[in-house]
Amino acid sequence: MALAPHERLVDKDRPPVVAPDPRPRSARTTPPWWFALPAMLLFAFVVLVPSVRGVYYAFTDWDGLDPDFSFVGLDNFADMLGDPDAKQAIWHTLLIAVAITVIQNAVGLLLALGVNSAIRSRNVLRVFLFAPAVITPIVTAYLWRNLLGPDGAVNSLLGAVGLGGARQDWLGDPELALWSVVGVTVWQYAGYSMVIFLAGLQSVPKEIHEAASMDGAGPVRRFWSVTRPLLAPALTINLMLSIIGGIKLFDQVYALTGGGPGHATDTISTLIYKDAFTLGEFGYSIALAVVLTIIVAVVSAGQYAALSRNERAAS
Amino acid sequence: MNRYGRRTLALELAMIAAALFVGFPVYVLVNLAVRPTSDTSSPIGPTTSPTLDNFTQAWQQGALGGALANSLLVTVCSVVVVLAVSSLAAYPLARITARWSRGTYLTILLGLALPFQLASLPLYQTMRDLGLLGTPWALVLFYSGLQVPFTVFLYVGFLRALPGDFEDAALIDGCTPLQSFRYVVLPMLKPITVTALVLNTVAVWNDFFTPLLYLSGSAQQTLPVAIAGFVGQYVTDWNLIFAALVISILPVLLVYFLLQRSIINGFAGGLKG
Repeated sequence: MALAPHERLVDKDRPPVVAPDPRPRSARTTPPWWFALPAMLLFAFVVLVPSVRGVYYAFTDWDGLDPDFSFVGLDNFADMLGDPDAKQAIWHTLLIAVAITVIQNAVGLLLALGVNSAIRSRNVLRVFLFAPAVITPIVTAYLWRNLLGPDGAVNSLLGAVGLGGARQDWLGDPELALWSVVGVTVWQYAGYSMVIFLAGLQSVPKEIHEAASMDGAGPVRRFWSVTRPLLAPALTINLMLSIIGGIKLFDQVYALTGGGPGHATDTISTLIYKDAFTLGEFGYSIALAVVLTIIVAVVSAGQYAALSRNERAAS
Repeated sequence: MNRYGRRTLALELAMIAAALFVGFPVYVLVNLAVRPTSDTSSPIGPTTSPTLDNFTQAWQQGALGGALANSLLVTVCSVVVVLAVSSLAAYPLARITARWSRGTYLTILLGLALPFQLASLPLYQTMRDLGLLGTPWALVLFYSGLQVPFTVFLYVGFLRALPGDFEDAALIDGCTPLQSFRYVVLPMLKPITVTALVLNTVAVWNDFFTPLLYLSGSAQQTLPVAIAGFVGQYVTDWNLIFAALVISILPVLLVYFLLQRSIINGFAGGLKG
């Protein structure tokens, strides 16, 4: 019995007969390129062109105002090598970035494990622990400047709980000030790390945990063998964000210590600001910005390589 | 695993202690903001005779109303522009596989790694030449470009995971590409738009360095710069400063607690993508 044409079309053994579209797929479906134009123009005007110009200024002695300035080659970078303030600022920048990255992520992970557990207050705690991350950093920094003062709330609290001997001049002591900056930044952003870790933790299927638990794995073993590998993507994002954020840190230092006492907490970012706008050394300042860019690029490239190796190993 | 045992109780108490530790500075902030200047007792003891005088004084002397309006103007305009141009740009960048498109996308991603100090110092000069320094429009222009890389990154990642079938159908049915973007693509982008909206709003509203540069000395300050100026002026009067800090934190916290669910999910989801 011959099949009617429409029955042929739904024959299960053959693909349905459809006239092929003569146009290539890309011509059929692609949106026009000029959709990208407004974003590209804004990006080029605000980021790309000024960045390239910035690199050029790094080789000049421009003061920011004078239309006459000259090309000085590598002088700015050579000056940096002989400038103890600059060397110290680069060192502080790296130290702050590493310290923030380690402490913030450790605290964030512990908090995330806590609010991912069976405790009753977990939903309320999530909201409260994240709250500092949305508050304007300059505002929290001024708040902490007072709290950490000699007569501030932190010292009062230490006195009240019988630890009066631990009272410190948290921001005035050159040895301590840098760590106070780290502490305040961690206070602000630990909840941020927590939320990203939490998102990672919630992608860990409950069944695997329960199965491991039935097989006799304790909480530490379950964390190390089940949770940790699945947290790798969250860890990658957290480490990238905190180390780049730490390298560029400006608001906290500006408002907490202004780079002081002396230059004890100056970072590349605060030095860039001071050199450009209080000293008028625009060329030198932008050379510092170039160094900052190189550090960010090297650190993020290295981190990216290491972490993608780690993620591959974990999966 | 779901039993509420002694260990869970211990964990609960430890976590509440951690939350109190995190909340302690905010307690002191509010406590001192309502304290009359004459009261010099310990900052951690509760204020005995609370007053709202500090708030009215800070509001007037800090010109915080104008700064609030400026922050609002800058944030709303910048975020609207950046979301519009970035979602539009992400559409071809995610769908076209040609070399120019990949190259353009990678160039934009490069912008993620550039520290803004590098671009914002030379741009200072351009803004001055254009006569935009000291006006909020310099900031709107700046953020509209600065936030493009991150926002395009979010949109492209999301679009690539979406099938193109609906747009194809719309185009075959005779939609222009712009119509298909407006009526088919944009509605599908809604979840990532919420995330991008939250992240951009927080970034623009909280930024301090750029307005410090571009608005310094003008009367058109944003809230963070106004606060910094206020602290500089009333260095020792911390009760007054704290009242100003509370005023500036209040709108952010209010919005946060109202929208906390989508804000927290936006942060986690948008960055996980």
